[in-house]
Amino acid sequence: MQIKYIADVTNAEILAFKQGIDHEVVTAFGSDLMSDVLAYVEEDTLLITGLINQQVIRTAEMLDLKAILFVRGKTPCNEVIALAEEKQILLMMTRESLFTVSGILFQHGLRGIKI
Amino acid sequence: MNTYEKDEKNVALKLHYDVANDDFSRAGEASSKIKKMLKQLAIDANIVRRVAIATYEAEINLVIHSNGGNIEVFIKSDRIEIYVEDCGPGIENVDLAMTQGFSTATNVAREMGFGAGMGLPNMEKMSDVFIIESELGSGTNIKMIVKYENV
Ligand SMILES: Nc1ncnc2c1ncn2[C@@H]1O[C@H](COP(=O)(O)OP(=O)(O)O)[C@@H](O)[C@H]1O
Ligand SMILES: [Mg+2]
Repeated sequence: MQIKYIADVTNAEILAFKQGIDHEVVTAFGSDLMSDVLAYVEEDTLLITGLINQQVIRTAEMLDLKAILFVRGKTPCNEVIALAEEKQILLMMTRESLFTVSGILFQHGLRGIKI
Repeated sequence: MNTYEKDEKNVALKLHYDVANDDFSRAGEASSKIKKMLKQLAIDANIVRRVAIATYEAEINLVIHSNGGNIEVFIKSDRIEIYVEDCGPGIENVDLAMTQGFSTATNVAREMGFGAGMGLPNMEKMSDVFIIESELGSGTNIKMIVKYENV
């Protein structure tokens, strides 16, 4: 599913690396536990999380993830946004909860990873 | 063969990074540099990924659990060897520490998204060979080998 479409249906605001908007993710994974993300995510996955610190960007970097969706209106600080720009990772933020955006995206055909 | 020992033979390239404890703002920098270097060397993406995950979890452990340490990466013609050493405090029960879900992490670590007790098991999963030795009061040494070809 294209990032542009994801941002659209979840009412998300793009915060970093807008150039990545045409990218397509294969699956999505929602978690605030970065170790779980590192342990389970294998494909080109959208990371959905309520954590907004630098380690979220680092985690995405290690896994070559291209996009992160922050939920519950959480907005990372400028330092974190700058790191994402540098690593070419698109960041977006929605006011909805993790459960709600997951439901919306699932309804639109995006699926979770295989555990 | 199952004891921690640095194998200095046939090292094409050696990387060394010091990791300070409690330096949360820089946690991940060493792994980021290692990943960048391996990519530049055109090493297979899946190998790079496994090394990146293993070094990153190791680096986070150095930051949140140790008194500081270092990560060395030996790049060889058929494998990558990762050596993680720290100067304490050591692990009381290594078998317990290797169990999924076991963690003594503080709230600060949990707020960063770590402390789920998944790090060491995942490091082992990413490696073809995983050796951990630890002594309370002196420190922890971890050796991980990621082979290009799984034979
Ligand atoms: N370098 C280290 N020095 C001391 N203790 C460690 C070190 N690495 C891991 N540990 C211990 O092993 C436990 C499990 O580690 P790990 O699987 O990475 O989970 P987590 O880091 O989420 O706690 C830690 O909570 C800690 O008690
Ligand atoms: Mg850990």
